[in-house]
Amino acid sequence: MLWSEVERLGRFWDPWREFERMRQSLARATASASTEFPLINLWASADSATVTTEIPGIDPKAIEISVVGDMLTLKGNRQPEEITEEDAYHRRERWQGQFAKNIQLPFGVESDKVDARFTKGVLYISLPRAEADKPKKITIKAE
Amino acid sequence: MSESTTNIQKKEAAIPEKGERTRERRVYSPQVDIIERKSEIVVVADMPGVDEKSVDITLEKNVLTIYGTVEAEMPENQRLSVLEYGIGDYQRSFALSDEVDKEKIQASVKNGVLKLVMPKKEEVKAKKIQVTAQ
Repeated sequence: MLWSEVERLGRFWDPWREFERMRQSLARATASASTEFPLINLWASADSATVTTEIPGIDPKAIEISVVGDMLTLKGNRQPEEITEEDAYHRRERWQGQFAKNIQLPFGVESDKVDARFTKGVLYISLPRAEADKPKKITIKAE
Repeated sequence: MSESTTNIQKKEAAIPEKGERTRERRVYSPQVDIIERKSEIVVVADMPGVDEKSVDITLEKNVLTIYGTVEAEMPENQRLSVLEYGIGDYQRSFALSDEVDKEKIQASVKNGVLKLVMPKKEEVKAKKIQVTAQ
């Protein structure tokens, strides 16, 4: 972000507006959005990334997260509501069943330092960049 | 997966007829299941980011409205680089039939899922008509 933008937003900084601004700038950059379930958002800096996804109603124990190099895999399962033969669905819009999704990360990840948190139906996965994958700073020797 | 795989993008809620929204945020229409059981009607709504403190349920005449407020939680010092879903509040309204006992509606939220249990009135439940022999 440009520092001039920070000044312009100033003390009126609003996370919603910021999200909307980033969303619009991303919409211009990426033509096609994935439609594979579950939908994810990815946040990244030079040395860490965060993946968030909305998978409400799932048992946190039924979420499987694995990382190999720069590939994150999410697997899970949501059971439908229990119904008997006497019950009838008037509407059935919610997703159910199994899902699996691979997410390409911007860099290799320190897989044993990956941290995941599931709150209010939203999964937050924090992924630190692998030391070996970090850019090396090159010092210029003066002659 | 059910049919939702073909349309898993969140759907924005329609702007209410009585006016525009005053807050600058998106409002989505949550996906719901409505199940009719023998003695109750159950509404289940996916509202990720909502807990029991941030959901409002109002009943005006026969219209039940659910509104979930979502706080934007954004990682610090990181920039958004892939965006597949938007974040915003949730709103949806349902017209209730007379068979629902409005005094006894119960609501709970767990892991971002709102569940409304609406018991049917006693007289509606007993539909069986006795035939007497003459």
